Order: sequence, then C-alpha cells, then structure tokens
Amino acid sequence: MKKNILLGHGSGGKLSHDLISNLFVRYFDNPALNSQTDSALLNIEGKNIAFTTDSYVVDPIFFPGGNIGKLAIAGTVNDLAVAGATPLYLSSSFIIEEGFPIDDLEEIVKTMASEAKKAGVKIVTGDTKVVDKGKCDKVFINTSGIGQLDEKHIDISSGKNIKPGDKIIINGTIADHGMAILSARNELKITSDIQSDCACLNKMIKKVLDVSDKIKFMRDATRGGVATVLSELVDNKNYGINIDESSVNINENVKGICEILGFDPMYVANEGKVVIVAGSEDADKIIETLQKNEFGKNSSIIGEITENHSGKGWITTEIGGKRIIDMLSGEQLPRIC
Amino acid sequence: MKYIDEYRDKNIVRKIVEDIKRISKKEVSFMEVCGGHTMSVQKFGIPSLLPENIKLLSGPGCPVCVSSRSYIDQAIAYSRLNDVIITTYGDLIRVPGSTSSLDIEKGKDADIRIVYSVLDALNIAKENPDKKIIFLGIGFETTAPGSAVGIINAAQQGLNNFFLYSSHKVMPPAMKALVDEGVKIDGYIAPGHVSTITGSGIYADIPEKFGLACVISGFEPVDILKSIYLLVKQVESNNPKVEIAYKRAVRPEGNIKALAMMNEVFEPRNDWWRGLGILQNSGLKPKEKYRNFDAEKMFDVEVEPTKEDKGCICGEILKGLKTPKDCKLFNKACTPEDPVGPCMVSNEGACHAYYKYNRD
Repeated sequence: MKKNILLGHGSGGKLSHDLISNLFVRYFDNPALNSQTDSALLNIEGKNIAFTTDSYVVDPIFFPGGNIGKLAIAGTVNDLAVAGATPLYLSSSFIIEEGFPIDDLEEIVKTMASEAKKAGVKIVTGDTKVVDKGKCDKVFINTSGIGQLDEKHIDISSGKNIKPGDKIIINGTIADHGMAILSARNELKITSDIQSDCACLNKMIKKVLDVSDKIKFMRDATRGGVATVLSELVDNKNYGINIDESSVNINENVKGICEILGFDPMYVANEGKVVIVAGSEDADKIIETLQKNEFGKNSSIIGEITENHSGKGWITTEIGGKRIIDMLSGEQLPRIC
Repeated sequence: MKYIDEYRDKNIVRKIVEDIKRISKKEVSFMEVCGGHTMSVQKFGIPSLLPENIKLLSGPGCPVCVSSRSYIDQAIAYSRLNDVIITTYGDLIRVPGSTSSLDIEKGKDADIRIVYSVLDALNIAKENPDKKIIFLGIGFETTAPGSAVGIINAAQQGLNNFFLYSSHKVMPPAMKALVDEGVKIDGYIAPGHVSTITGSGIYADIPEKFGLACVISGFEPVDILKSIYLLVKQVESNNPKVEIAYKRAVRPEGNIKALAMMNEVFEPRNDWWRGLGILQNSGLKPKEKYRNFDAEKMFDVEVEPTKEDKGCICGEILKGLKTPKDCKLFNKACTPEDPVGPCMVSNEGACHAYYKYNRD
C-alpha cells in the first residue's frame, strides 16, 4: 500500500523519529547530523560552532503569552542554548499567504526584533515567499541559528557523561504552552487564563553553566513534552531514570484542562522549559540559580539517574504507584509550534 | 486541584491499601469493564500497590476495541462518497480497517473531521447544507444519549443532512456473556460513566444470578482503590451485591432524562463484540421513525470484505483470558504507531495502556 505523510509524522514523537531516521538521516548521512542532537555541532577551523534550524507553523499565530514570531526566536535560541552554546546569529524566512494583513506581519516582526534583542542575538539574513491564498495558512516562519560552543560544553548535547546518581531538574511548570494553544484555538469553547511559557532561555542557561561545571545534559522539552525528552535520554543506555511525579510542578488551570481533555501533562508541549541533568553535588546550587531567574522561579528536582532498570524511565506516581514513561506516540496536538 | 487532589492523596491511598492488605486473604481477580478505569489503573501504577493475591483484568470496556473491523471498513466506504463529511471522535481515526484507516483516508481526499461532541457535528451540518454529514456514533450508554440528542435536535431543526452511523452498544449483555463463557473472575469494577446514565439496577443479575461482587467505581485512584476494598470485603464475607462507590456521580436510578432520550431514539439489536461474538440485544440502532437520520438506511455503499489480522489476541484480552503481554505481536509487530488490533489504538485500549505505562 502506498504510504502518505500523516500529521503524526510531525508530532515530535515516535513517527517523527522514524521518519527522520529512515529517510533524512539515511540519505543525508554524515556524523554531525547522525548524532541527532538539538543543534549540529561543527568544528570549523578549530572553532566549535552549534548550528540549528526550525520551522514554525503554530495555529493560531497569536496566542496568550506570545505569537509565532516570539516562538520562532525562542525555539531556535533555545536549541542552541541547550547544546551549551552561546547563540549569536539567526536567519528568518517567511512563507506568507496572499492576503495576509501587513499589520499582523509587522506585529510579528516587531516581536521577533524585541525577543532577539532580549536574547542578545542578531537576525542577519532572511527570505520572503508569498503563496496563493489557501496554499499555506497565514504565515509560516523558519529560523536558523548559529552559536559559539566552548570546548568544555561539547558533551552536553550527547549527555555522554551522565551517570547514576545525577539529578534531573526542570525550570518550572510543565504543559503551559500546549494547553495555552489549545485554549486559544477556541474549538473547545474553553476560556482560561493559561499563558504560553514561550521564552528565550539562553541567559538563564548561561548563568547555570557559569555556576556549575557538572551540567551533563540539557534539552528543551517542546513537542512530546517532558516524557519524550526523558525516554529519549534513557533509550538504549546502561542507566535508568526515576521521576517523582509529585515534584513536577503543574499550574492548576493547566492541570484542570488536561484532566477534562484526557491529556497527560508529561506529554504536552512546552516552549520555555529545559530538562537539565547535573551532578547531584551541584543540584542545589543549580536550583538556586534557576530560581533567581524570571523563567526559573518554579524550578525543581524531578528525579534522578538510576543504576537499575537501565534503558527505561520509571515514574513514581503522585499516589506512590510505579509505572514506565514512554515517548509520545501518534499525534497529540498538531501545529503546536 | 480541588475535587481531584482529595482523590489522589498519597496518605488516603496508603490507608486504603493497608486496609485492603489487612482484609484480603483469598486469591482474587477483579475485572474493570471501562476503558477509563484501564487507563487510570495503569497511569497511576495501581497494580504496583496491591498485594499479589489481587489481580486486575481489563474487560471489554473500550468501545473502539470491541467494535468490528467491518464498522471501520464501512465508515471508510462512506468517507469515499462524494459530498460526505465524516465526523468522529478522535479515538477512531487510527483504528486499522481491513486495508486502510480513516487517518490514511484523511491524508488522501476524504473530508474527515475530529469532533468532541455530536453538537460539533450538527454545527458542521448547518454550516455545510450542500454536504452530507455522517457522525460515527460509538460508545456505550455513556455516549449513546449524546448521539440521541444529535438526532432529536436534527429532527427538530429540520436538518436533513445529518446522519448517524451507530456502533453504540450496551454493557450488561457483555458482562453476563463473560461469566457465561467461564471467564474466571470474582467481581466487577463496574463502569462509572455508564452507571451515571443507567443507574445501578442494570447490574442486579451480577451478584444475584452469578454470585459475583460488583462495585461501581469512579476514576480517581482513591475511587478505584476504595472499590477494590469493597470488592475484597464482599468476596471475603461471601456477600456479593451491587454497591456504588461513586456516589458523587451515580444515583441508583441513573440519569432519567438521558435514558428517556436514548429510549426515544434507539432500539436494541443483536451486535457483534470482539472476543465475544454476537450478543443478543447488545447494540443500539435508530428506530424506524428516525430512519432518515440512519446512515445505514440512507447510504448504499459497497464495503470491502473484512480481513482480521492473524495472531492478534485482542479478543482474548477483552475477555480477560490473556493480558497484552501474552500477545506475541505486542510491542513487536503491534505498537501505537503501527497498530494491528484496536486495543493498541484507542487511548482506552488495554494494549495501549500497557504499552504506555506497563511495558517492562
């Protein structure tokens, strides 16, 4: 039977992984790509460079806590920052639907400019394409970014120095972005005051890297949520993970909507959350640093790397039961970012 | 979260688990017959808290799982008709038919839309007067009143482009059939949502005729553990009866208004259940007077011959005779991305719940 692309191929979950491995990596095949980290790590004439790209198709383009432009800056900046790199330069390409209001475009571009300024990055190149009405939905944005990577942070992307006993940290409440988008879509006629957590985290991450040299791994928990990051982290490894569900912070209103709609917040997208694995001796110091930052106030240690059940993520549920954590399968919410 | 946190309180949970351990002496198996329970049990890791002599089994409580593959095949055939919009709950989208799925058809040309309620489907019908809107009505007594409301509203509003393709089923015949087939269980964790509509009377035969314990349960961990405690107590004291451990939602008489609407629109028919075969009066179809809203009456489609997958033991799992881990396809040929049987697709399916939360 002829196979077609399904929405689930863009979910960031298992179908996406299979598509990437079986198609893109298979044909584009090279060491930098094959490591499949958030940013490609390149060495150009002795200098370590992190390079990443991302396309943004979020629906709706304006949502509580941000818009597609803010997302396009934050997403790419964060992909560089979690690799341990200092984001420097971004490109931005627009695919715009004929008839799209220029005022809306200006608002998006203004947001991008101010986010880039806050993050300390410059948008230095770009491209514009316009397609017939109905051939794309309002506006799609692609941003690519490069950043400088210090040699001592080179292993953060791969997490190769992780060992049992390391702590797993997250910089606040989860599932805000996904549920903000869902409420904003208004299909469900739910009114809520949920705000997306969309934010550039590079300055906060830099502070953390400054106070601790025990950062073993970082990943931004976007599509597929925290659960997907954790299951990817542990997949095929000789260590396991144990998460304590009661130390994962979730806003009450987010929890409520997740309950009504049957979403597991661990699988819902974030746009301003980084999962950090760090040596336990530095965990308190890291939490303290994070909590001083506006994007890290509700930071907590959510679990640790374990020697037992290697290759598997386990969670101690809020009632004290135990079960596994798996990556997202199928599509949870299309066009979340 | 108020009204939820109380039912997930670690200390209350610990207390009930201790109570269960204190009174539970016999080896017992309890079956839940509601997909919501299956999911909660796995999501909260409830089996890991129970003593080894208490086994939980998942029964035929997921509507998507018990429906026949030919239902999907026929829905796919409808979706290929000109001017038809299929409206469906999200669960059905990825269920494999014999050679395709609604998801695959959606990726081609079919207009298939996920809705959260039959009222969304009615709105689509109003907004698209030149199209025919077929709503895939699936579920037990919980969702059947919703479909009934759809037809009643369509009739009142004179909407002649709204149609129901019913796969609605009722729970009691399946619960009885399982016992008749000799499935070894000691009691039922009876479905909370179904009972909200039907009340507790429909289970009277379970203790009276079959001597099995029966407790209607809510969906939070404290609800489920409390129900298990009551079941154990009934078994240990040899005093089977129907108890409601979900009194904040279930009344003995049920939801009279919803039942009236269901009875207004539907009549029983014999229906096929995966694993159980054809059960007398276990399905619901629109009455003759509503035939104009019945997709089966109003559309003539050629449906491909149904092909069931070899090796899939969904049927045995739905009867509680096997668990997903007994299936040789589980986590190999059959995963949520590439499901063989419906129990792997539906969020409420036993295989899906085991895959997601209990794969080790």
